[in-house]
Parts: sequence; C-alpha cells; structure tokens
Amino acid sequence: MTESTFVVGQRVRIADRTPPVHHRVPSYAKGHVGIVERVCGLHGVPEKFIRGDGKPRQRIYRVRIPQTELWQDYDGTDGDKLEIEIFEHWLEKAE
Amino acid sequence: MTDHDHDHSRTLQPDHAEPTSEGARVGLALRELLIEAGHYTPEEEQAVIAAMQDASPADGGRIVARAWTDPEYKARLLANGATAIRELGYELEPYEFTVMENDDVTHNVIVCTLCSCYPRSLLGMSPAWYKSASYRARIVREPRSVLAEFGVELTADVNVRVHDSTAELRYMVLPQKPDGTEDWSEERLAELVTRDSLIGTQRVLKLARKPGES
Repeated sequence: MTESTFVVGQRVRIADRTPPVHHRVPSYAKGHVGIVERVCGLHGVPEKFIRGDGKPRQRIYRVRIPQTELWQDYDGTDGDKLEIEIFEHWLEKAE
Repeated sequence: MTDHDHDHSRTLQPDHAEPTSEGARVGLALRELLIEAGHYTPEEEQAVIAAMQDASPADGGRIVARAWTDPEYKARLLANGATAIRELGYELEPYEFTVMENDDVTHNVIVCTLCSCYPRSLLGMSPAWYKSASYRARIVREPRSVLAEFGVELTADVNVRVHDSTAELRYMVLPQKPDGTEDWSEERLAELVTRDSLIGTQRVLKLARKPGES
C-alpha cells in the first residue's frame, strides 16, 4: 500500500469545486478546513466510475471539522464536531 | 399489465408486485440484462437479497454486548471494525467498518447526507426517517435540535460528533452500557441494544422489564 500524503492531526482544506460528474463531497463541506481524524484505505474514485473502474484508487481520510467552523450561527458547543470521509484528491494542506 | 412475453420470475421475488413506476421498470430491465450478459446469476442476486433481509439490529446488539464484556475485543473493534466483526462471523465487504464509542462527554450520531448509506448487510434495512431529506439536511446543521426531537437532550458538557457517511466507510455507534447490568450475561445485554442507539438517535438504553413485571 502506498504511503499516505496526510497524517493524523494535520490541518487540511477540502477543495471547493464542482466537477460535472457524480462525486462524493457534499456542498456544505467544500472549502472548509479541518484536521485529519484518521487515515483510511484506498478506494475507487467516484468521479471515474462514470467511464471505467474508478482506478487508480485513492486514499480516503476522515476529516474532523468544528461545527462552529462550518456554520456561522451554529447552536451548540465549541466541542461539537462533524467528521466526514474525503478522498485525497479533494484535500490540500492548510495553514 | 398482465400480458408478458418474458419471464420476470428470475429477477422478481415471488411476493413482489410487478413494477409500475418508470424507475422500477428501468431497474428491472437493467437487472435482467446484467443476468443475460452473464455478469451474475439470479441465484447470486437472491442470495444478496436474502442476506440483507436476514440482517437486523440484533446483529449489532451482539457486537455491542461483546465489546461491553470484553475490553480487548472493544479495543480491536474501535481500531478496525471490519476485522473485529469478522471474529463474530460478520462481514461488511467491501466497506470499511467504523465504530464510534459514546462516553460521558461524547455523543455520536450517523448520517449520509448524499444519499442514505447504511451498513444494511450488517444491521438490516435503515429506518425511513434515516433516508428522509429532512433528517439528512438537519442533523449536520442543527444536531442538538434534531436529537432533542428524538428524545436525546444533551447538556453543554456533552459534545456531539456527527459522522457523515459519504464514501466507502460504514458506521455504527457503540452506546454506553446501562447502569445496573453489572452481572448480566452477554446474551441478555445484547437484547438491550436498539436500532436507534446504533445510529445515535437514542442515547440511554432502557433495561428491559422481566417477563411478568408490569
């Protein structure tokens, strides 16, 4: 298995783009910054299944985002989090 | 529609009516084409359907009860759910299986905002509300309000973790073991576990009444 690009605890930004094919990143999470909660395995890429077999497979990361980061008027605690699975090609290093 | 020039018995379960909606007809046609082209057999399709129908939250209850009574098993389950459930004879291939543990300061709840991903072959069919647009949109936006509607009132010292099942992972919540069950057997503990507690829309498990008790 190939090495992972991102490591647990690293700050990452979810890309804000909308390719014209099926993809598995919900709009509400696009552009937001979180930390890598865990590094998962390699999986077929949803955008590539429309023509072919989803290969080469990409790594999935679980990204933890504070709810107060996602929603400006969030009603809850600073400790409330959202955790979401994001493919590596949707992530970039964040400061 | 009663006149048929082809046989649907291979793709329809005996107790299912003929499809009437456009989408259902397309689905049936696609399944028949895949079978005719040899991608899979009708027997394989029936086996998958049967496995999903046999699965139920009781299977999740058995996994939870083992984790409650065996700390080492719990550690393996939280570290790698897919391999840990295999020890008990369960399989969720090709998905990764992720178990999220509730504690005194953490409450976990599961959603799939993009569609309705759910570990069906392990826990059976998901409840209708889990697939509703309302639950999927609101649980990520206002989890505390939605949980309160389910009867889960969280104080400010409990943090909510919402898990959006958007890709190749499937989730189950590991609820807290209720007080007063210290001497209970694993089998009895398993019966306490409800479907909603495995999704996270129930936090406190109720002790079942003994037979005869009112």
